[in-house]
Order: sequence, then structure tokens, then C-alpha cells
Amino acid sequence: MKGREFFELVNAKPIVVYDESRLDNEYTTVFASDLMSDALAMVSGDADETVLITGLMNVQSLRTAEILDVKVILFVRGKKPNQAMIDMSRELQIDMYGTDLMMFDTCGILYAHGINGMK
Amino acid sequence: MTVLLHEEFVVTRGDYKNAGSVSSAIKDKLRTIGIDAKILRRISIACYEAEINMLIHAWGGLITMDVSDDGTVRFVFKDPGPGIPDLDDAMTPGFSTASDDAREMGFGAGMGLPNIRKVSDDFDIQSSPEGTTITLGFHL
Repeated sequence: MKGREFFELVNAKPIVVYDESRLDNEYTTVFASDLMSDALAMVSGDADETVLITGLMNVQSLRTAEILDVKVILFVRGKKPNQAMIDMSRELQIDMYGTDLMMFDTCGILYAHGINGMK
Repeated sequence: MTVLLHEEFVVTRGDYKNAGSVSSAIKDKLRTIGIDAKILRRISIACYEAEINMLIHAWGGLITMDVSDDGTVRFVFKDPGPGIPDLDDAMTPGFSTASDDAREMGFGAGMGLPNIRKVSDDFDIQSSPEGTTITLGFHL
């Protein structure tokens, strides 16, 4: 589904967005975890179609996205990134969105609409 | 075999603020020489996990990278200790001795070394109380 629909489904708001054209990209996959080594076990998959969903509020969530070539992060549970994260997101040109929903609800809604986990 | 590119990177003990910055620099360096994106992702994952291990389990260390004309990239991650007490445990997915600090950073899933072995083409690890050395090879 398009990024625009993806974020509307989970009532996500932009925190910082560097490339609005990504809202028109097709997203098929998420990786959802607060443990970055779990995300780093996912070698395959098209990073351009993947969103990293996490409640981990430090720069390692951005580093992990960078390593995996993922360009969009969705933070759950209403958490807000600190200034160091915003600075790094600008450097890496990684878009950040936020939702007040819990991780389980976020993933459940997206799964019910055809989004799958990374293999 | 001739080494076309040799680089060394220092990982500073306790420098959590810059955790991952060396791996980021390695990725940028290798991207500039045109390495395939899928291989580059595997290399980046391995370097990041190994760099984090140097920070959260060891007292920093040195990473060396050699790109050779035989189509390989070779890395050596060498730390000064304290070593891994049981390598079999450390290589078991899910086994972790990470501190609370490491877990707050999002690490400590017990997937570091298994991930590194999984994504690399050649993998070797040697450990003693004097330090741990991980040698990795990637075929381009």
C-alpha cells in the first residue's frame, strides 16, 4: 500500500520528513521490534518497501535503519525522539513518524490490511 | 593477491554516544567503490554487530578492512579483552550477557554473533582473556 494509506491506518503523524515522495511509495513489509539485533537478523527483503516500527527511542534505531537501508521509521506508544535523534535523522535523511498506538495494535492493524513481517 | 584498499578504525571503549559510527563510515567507504548493495548490507550488518560487541562486551578495539584484487573484503575485529568465557554459549541465538546499559541501547537480544556468522561468507572467532579476534570474509 502507499505510504500515505499506511500512516493513516495507524493514525501516524510526521515528526520529521525529508522526502515527501515516500508517501507515494509502495510499502509491503514492516520490521517491528525494540531489539535492534532482531532487526539486523533480517538480511533479505526490499528496504525501499519496508518500515521499521519501534519504541526504541535512541540513535541506535536510526543506525539500524541506516545499516538496513530502511528510510522510514514509525515510533509507537506516543514517544518523541530527542534532539540527537532528529539531528541524526537529518544527516541520514531518514523520515520519522509517530503514533500513539501500542506496538501490538499498530502491527495488528497493518497486518489486517495486508502488510507482512520481514522474512 | 594485492590489497587495493586498507583501512583501520578505532572503536573507543565506552563511547556509546558514537556507537555504530565506524560501521557507518565503513559502509560509506565501500559504497564509493561500487560494492553491490546486497553484499554491502551484509557487510554493514556484520560490522555494526561487531562494533557494538566491542563497546558493550569488550574494552573497545581495532577494526581493519582489506579490499583485495581477488574480489574479497576481509575484516579483522580485535579487542583487548576480557574475552568470551564460553564460545558455544555466545554463538547460540538468544544467549546474552548484555548489561542493562546495552539493553537500553536496543542490544542484548543474543543475536550478535549468530547474525555475524549468518551474513558473512567466511567466519572465524578466537577468544581468550587477553582478547577476542573475529575474522570475516566477504566474496564480491
